[in-house]
Amino acid sequence: MAKIIGGITTSHIPAIGIAMDRGLEDTPYWKDFFAGYPPIREWLGEQKPDIAIVFYNDHGLEMFLDKKPTFAIGCAPSYDNADEGWGIATIPPVTGETELSWHIVNELIEHDFDPTVCQDIKVDHGLTVPLSLMYPGHNYQHMKVIPVCINCERHPMPKPSRCYALGQAIGKAVESFDSDQKVVVFGTGGLSHQLDGERAGIINADFDEECMNKLVSDPEALTRYSNDELVEIAGAQGVELNMWLAMRGCMLGKVREVHRNYVAPISNTGAGTQLLLNE
Amino acid sequence: MTDDKNKTWGTIKFDGPMATKGYALNKMCYSFNNAEAREEFKQDEAAYCDKFGLTPEQKEAVINRDILAMEREGGSIYYLAKFAGLLGLNVQDVGGLQTGRTTEEFQAYLDSQGRGKNNG
Repeated sequence: MAKIIGGITTSHIPAIGIAMDRGLEDTPYWKDFFAGYPPIREWLGEQKPDIAIVFYNDHGLEMFLDKKPTFAIGCAPSYDNADEGWGIATIPPVTGETELSWHIVNELIEHDFDPTVCQDIKVDHGLTVPLSLMYPGHNYQHMKVIPVCINCERHPMPKPSRCYALGQAIGKAVESFDSDQKVVVFGTGGLSHQLDGERAGIINADFDEECMNKLVSDPEALTRYSNDELVEIAGAQGVELNMWLAMRGCMLGKVREVHRNYVAPISNTGAGTQLLLNE
Repeated sequence: MTDDKNKTWGTIKFDGPMATKGYALNKMCYSFNNAEAREEFKQDEAAYCDKFGLTPEQKEAVINRDILAMEREGGSIYYLAKFAGLLGLNVQDVGGLQTGRTTEEFQAYLDSQGRGKNNG
């Protein structure tokens, strides 16, 4: 059976990709943020996962308001990145896969989740920045990626509890997949931030710390927030916590945290990074 | 504010009614993924707004670079960000414009809430 070997949380903001393009990792602004990644890269290098399931949101590259899925999953052999309009460099194609992806789709629908199934989608910085962070120099094409896209842009959005349950259903689907492949799961985005309105710029570092603690010890406590409450506490884009909850859902049982970093502000956000392993 | 839509101060909830109101504006901003579209906009901003059927209020907000007005007219920050990029503005510039601060003042506001920097 396929096995989930670990879970990773990471920011996915464009500024990170731009900083990497410009070689700014060791500058005073960025060094404490990038210092959080070598231990995770080392772990990935040792474990060599075959597949990464990446929970991300599409900020308007592939998915516009004309047809906007609440949950979408990719089932394609590869995924292209493209111009997003404001200057982040396009990265080489991401390798996909079609066997576990379709198995997950079948299992999700059997268990009452009904995602949009995508055989040809472009992936934006929500997915590509985490890959670039984990595998600098765009050295990620050996790993097969299954994109799972969650609507975090337009209300109504799926509830935190539903995102967590989606993750659990995907975790069970992986466990029932007849293969010896190793799977890592990424929860991307977050943490507290708000880009829009007179309230732009709020960061709630205390709440971010609570999220990182509870994600390990009591994720169900986080699922009791509504999206409106997350907006109030963590800013309008704080709802990106939902992608972390989906990741945590995949891990099913108890987990231990083997690495954490938190830096704020990184661009307009609190930037959290964790590596979680099943107990 | 007791209006449900503005339950959180300084925040417009981008929901169905706002997505309906802002559809043309957001569609125009979404087009800025394409480099040729960005150039076409720069050549004649008003004509490009008309091509997408923006309302007079939306068009005025675009011409005036009034981010808050664009949001009130149904613009979503995710698509407006592409317009901001076209103008050469980053998210701190946009934060400053919305909060009545200079970019430096907005950065200082972010820093005032910071944690975890300069520890290593």
